[in-house]
Amino acid sequence: MSKEFYGVTLPNPLMLGTAQYPSPAILEEAFRASGASVATVSLRREGAGGTGQTFWKMIEDLGVHVLPNTAGCHTVKEAVTTAHMAREVFDTKWIKLELIGHTDSLQPDVFQLVEAARILSEDGFEVFPYTTEDLIVGERLLEAGCEVLMPWGAPIGSGRGLNNIYALRAMRAEFPDVPLVVDAGIGLPSHAAAAMELGFDAVLLNTAVARAGDPVQMARAMMAAVEAGQAAHEADPIEARDMAEASTPVIGKAFLS
Amino acid sequence: MKIVLNGTPREVASATLAALLEECGFSGRVATSCNEVFVPATLRATTPVTEGDRIEVVAPMQGG
Repeated sequence: MSKEFYGVTLPNPLMLGTAQYPSPAILEEAFRASGASVATVSLRREGAGGTGQTFWKMIEDLGVHVLPNTAGCHTVKEAVTTAHMAREVFDTKWIKLELIGHTDSLQPDVFQLVEAARILSEDGFEVFPYTTEDLIVGERLLEAGCEVLMPWGAPIGSGRGLNNIYALRAMRAEFPDVPLVVDAGIGLPSHAAAAMELGFDAVLLNTAVARAGDPVQMARAMMAAVEAGQAAHEADPIEARDMAEASTPVIGKAFLS
Repeated sequence: MKIVLNGTPREVASATLAALLEECGFSGRVATSCNEVFVPATLRATTPVTEGDRIEVVAPMQGG
């Protein structure tokens, strides 16, 4: 059963970033071919000739849900101001709240994250916090008003997949009714499928598609993977076991030796 | 008067933020801040631009 993201039921569990594609045409084709339901976007200084406006027109025409981010923000003040600008520009209450705490790993600063989430939630924003798999932080974010949690699979852009499956599984068990999204670190469709098999509600990825040799084909593969993983979770997979167990019945086997 | 627009020093004539956007050729979906404080679109016409102000004008961009 798919969960609602602040009252929105998504047609599929693939959230796709819009950065780093070889060209705008390939970005557009990756979205159309995969059918990804959410596009993450950002705000940057407007260039000469209104480059941002051209980009926005293309995203608008895709007809997907838009999730603006606060990428690159290192302080609560910066993130909150960026969120306000995003709400006005994109006309949405949704905000992917990123508060970067560490330069090399881009690990979120969870202390500032909780503080910013509280400020924004009280101001009517619908916050999608980019967080770690820490359960207590998750709890604090929910207390702060978040109704979605987005733990990292691995550092942004690393393509390492799910670094800590144990913790992600614990998170799913701890917050059974909260929409959970694995955000960042996905490199392969198998990683995305694994996240969905754990019972996550969506996967957010960007680099794995945008930097693939054929982004359009990889976007298709990612959609197939998240849908397969979701179906598998709903189908209640078997437990792994150490020893073999014959699947073909022994009874009725002809005596031939 | 001299201001800093999107990180670049610039000479402008406009007295308000709304006029400044027009003077500098911005249109469409943009958001603004003045001296690191968000200025909603509804307040641009009444927000004065003064010497040394640091103005940011941002627009939709690719993001992950």
